[in-house]
Amino acid sequence: MASTRKAGQSAGVSAVARLSALAPVYRPGSHGNFEHGIGVALSEVVPTSIVQLAAWSGKEKKLIGIIGSVMGLALPDATGGGAVEGARAAFGVAPGKFLVSDDRDDLASIFAEAMEPDTGTVTDLSHGRTVIRIEGPEVEWIMAKFFALDFSLPAFPVGAGRSTAHHDIFAQIQRTAAEQFDIYVFRSFARSFWTALCRSCEEVGYEVQ
Amino acid sequence: MLITCPYCGPRDVSEFTYQGDGNRQRPAPATKDLGAWNEYVYDRINPAGDHNEIWQHSSGCRMHIHVVRNTLTHEITDTRPARGGHPASRHHGAKS
Repeated sequence: MASTRKAGQSAGVSAVARLSALAPVYRPGSHGNFEHGIGVALSEVVPTSIVQLAAWSGKEKKLIGIIGSVMGLALPDATGGGAVEGARAAFGVAPGKFLVSDDRDDLASIFAEAMEPDTGTVTDLSHGRTVIRIEGPEVEWIMAKFFALDFSLPAFPVGAGRSTAHHDIFAQIQRTAAEQFDIYVFRSFARSFWTALCRSCEEVGYEVQ
Repeated sequence: MLITCPYCGPRDVSEFTYQGDGNRQRPAPATKDLGAWNEYVYDRINPAGDHNEIWQHSSGCRMHIHVVRNTLTHEITDTRPARGGHPASRHHGAKS
């Protein structure tokens, strides 16, 4: 994905550059049982902005319309509905609540201007979340080991999102391609989660990009 | 055990937090009726069968939901958003 950056690369924007929470444990290269191929690839995606939007009761459709116009994404009005295109991503995480991410560093301000206060709220989570991308032919198997969800493509289509947890680590997951998921976790738990994920991927062989 | 969240669909019980008996009716905040407060705080129907309960999908969408759970079999026969309340006809085990 050309418009997103990998861990360790500079932000290149006016916003305060974030240090990766994964840096001490981020080891690029092939690991685990990779002699017969790479089952999954792991990477940290660094969107410039991560914003949570919440609609007041009865204003959900209006908010979906605003997300559509600001993000240029057609968001389905359905449980966990979402859409993704390049670095622009949006998905439902709860009734009337959406997580959006983008490469624009002022995304929260853009939404704050686009939304009337009686439509809903805007919360900038850019510094509070780490986004881990897992992709590859064994991705559904690895995800199913971590989360009690149906990760098959018909049940979890591209663009859709789910809120769940791995033990006590809250995770918001979006399928961003047929064999690719982006996992949003709290920054403070990201290193622990990453370490567990790497350990879990050893059996299929994994590559850190 | 699976609980069907009205928003997220069927999820493992580990994603949910029990929030208490769904039959309780909170007395008016200004009331000095100690009997009403005593009943609200301490008295439970404790049925052997269907029971109205409040749960929160705390490791998911964080929505509070009303659940009808059978205390003998753990079978869950109804879930709905809590803001709608338990319909009177579904007040299982309620005192007459």
